[in-house]
Amino acid sequence: MNPLTAILTLGLGLSLLAPASSLAAANSGPIKIGAIFSVTGPASFLGAPAAKTAKMLVDKINNEGGVNGRKLQLILKDSAGSPEKAVSFAKQLIEEEQVLAIIGPSTSGETMQIKALCEENQMILISCAAAEVIVNPLAKHVFKVAPKDSHAAVLIYRTMKDHGIRKVAVLSSNDGFGAAGKKQLEDLAKAEGMEILVNEVYDKQATDLTDILTKVKSQPGVQAVVNWSIVPAQSIVAKNMRQIGLNVPLYQSHGFANRKYAEQAGVAAEGTLFPASRIVVGDELADDHPQKRVVTSYKQEYEKLFNEDVSTFGGHAYDALLVIVEALKKAGGPDREKVRQAIEGIQGLVGTAGVFNFSATDHTGLSLDAFEMITVKNGKFTVYRK
Amino acid sequence: MDPGNLALQYFLSGITKGSIYAVVAIGFNLIYSATGVLNFAQGEFVMLGGMVAVTLAQFVPLPVAVAGAILAVAVVGCLLELLFFRKLRHHSILHLIIITIGLSIVIQEAALHLWDEKVRSLPYFTGNEISSVRVFGAAISPQVLWVLGAVGVSVAGLHVFLRYTLKGRAMRACSSNPEAAMLAGINISNMRTLAFGLSAGLGALAGCVISPITMTHYEMGGGLAIKGFAAAILGGLGNPMAAVVGGLLVGVLEAASVRYLPAAYNDVSAFAMLLLVVFVRPHGLFGAPAGAQVREH
Repeated sequence: MNPLTAILTLGLGLSLLAPASSLAAANSGPIKIGAIFSVTGPASFLGAPAAKTAKMLVDKINNEGGVNGRKLQLILKDSAGSPEKAVSFAKQLIEEEQVLAIIGPSTSGETMQIKALCEENQMILISCAAAEVIVNPLAKHVFKVAPKDSHAAVLIYRTMKDHGIRKVAVLSSNDGFGAAGKKQLEDLAKAEGMEILVNEVYDKQATDLTDILTKVKSQPGVQAVVNWSIVPAQSIVAKNMRQIGLNVPLYQSHGFANRKYAEQAGVAAEGTLFPASRIVVGDELADDHPQKRVVTSYKQEYEKLFNEDVSTFGGHAYDALLVIVEALKKAGGPDREKVRQAIEGIQGLVGTAGVFNFSATDHTGLSLDAFEMITVKNGKFTVYRK
Repeated sequence: MDPGNLALQYFLSGITKGSIYAVVAIGFNLIYSATGVLNFAQGEFVMLGGMVAVTLAQFVPLPVAVAGAILAVAVVGCLLELLFFRKLRHHSILHLIIITIGLSIVIQEAALHLWDEKVRSLPYFTGNEISSVRVFGAAISPQVLWVLGAVGVSVAGLHVFLRYTLKGRAMRACSSNPEAAMLAGINISNMRTLAFGLSAGLGALAGCVISPITMTHYEMGGGLAIKGFAAAILGGLGNPMAAVVGGLLVGVLEAASVRYLPAAYNDVSAFAMLLLVVFVRPHGLFGAPAGAQVREH
């Protein structure tokens, strides 16, 4: 074969192949789903279990024959917690990969950076982050599956009131998660009849917090401490409080819902109270609890495959995929607008974080009862009962 | 709490932070003393020390794990020097500093892949997470005493080494006048390797003793290095004892600022103080004024 013929043949071959392959992508190839998680970096405690979960669930769905007879293809990107990377990955997933929907990112900061981008490109985004602003103001194509910050704050305050606690110290880290929580606690304090006596922000890389806790201790009347941050500060707060003999109850945010943190704080974590979805106490759910089946099967599969404790954050990825699969089944195929409408029509879908009821005006789907108050007892998470 | 106890409690929490900065700053100082290079990968040596020790502690008793970590990281320090510095054609200070910045990123990524993103820690050397030593109504974790102990041993060891051994004096000679040292028959490259190994070992020791307090994860190096660096500058570069005083001072300043200002201004007050000192005494509190003599302590 001379070179010219070779090129011609190749060209002809390609031109024949091209339409065939694009047709295949639309009708019978795998359905592409993008995922952006902070698998490494400072928010890796959120993104790493989420990425593992997403891979696990997609494999499982494909082994069982896919959705509507078509396999799913997960295109996973590690944003390392950086909003800039999240933006460029989102562009790549929208323009090059032309995925059906994007799940993630793990943090609220990243999600807010790509919210407008997804909305403009009519790309379905199912965020795994918590902040209220993701779905309020509402964007047609943007949903979230993590419970709201405000629900966590309300539950913390109500539990305190049950104990006659009215005056609290609020500590938070100087990152997006801490700032969002601090704002919710401040905004809700009045409505819930709480008074914030000490309100301090510390560096997210803080190595020791005894000075701030000394300030709390020197303030008369503080009945409890609320800490809103991510590891390692969560463990450091618990240890430092006991070390300096600050003997008031410690409440933490839903960021504490990974047993690793309790382990790091050791005996100091005993009695810590925090809101979390029921996934962390799956064993304790009554057999007839609506979430029992989903939670136990996810927990067993995850812990068997990865040999580590399941966390709520991996659960968010599970729920995000669940929502897409459910909507795909209803829509009958990967037509993005039909799938989007189907998501808004989802009612009573049981996930790891709770029961989802979406509507055209509610893109969160979860209510206050998605949270349960959890405490640490003998190094284990258990449902808190007064 | 009465005011006296309260002041003491702030002071002790300042000592807790300060001891962490000090123990990191000592390692900074040694490489600087020997080579004139600010090693921006020093925080990564601290992280590596903690990581290796936590891993070893699963198989061997704690003291062995700590010793093993110090040795292993010291070897890593030597290897890095052999691989990245020895063959370099220009040993300008700027070249070397930029290489250390690159190394810090490489070590971080390597640690992420060798281990993972999770946070781990060594057990408390004495007591547990809630035990504390009572001092006149204030409290301090016994682990802080271990950190201070490590600081003391490192400083004393370095002092003896640099002042009274031939190797140590040769090392100081390299820093104060490399050409003259070479003419006197000192192998400058070998001295640099030794300095990197020693610094890495000291960093690893720091990483082990602070692990129960701060916990260890692959990203911890950067933050520690900045504070350690500030401590070293405040005290005066090139003098281990000055680094310790600088570290403790930064810690106590931070704690004192929390007493009067919102904790968010913590770093602001510490660095404002640092700037002030550097304005008045550009060579730090205890450093000697002239450039070369700063390193010759």
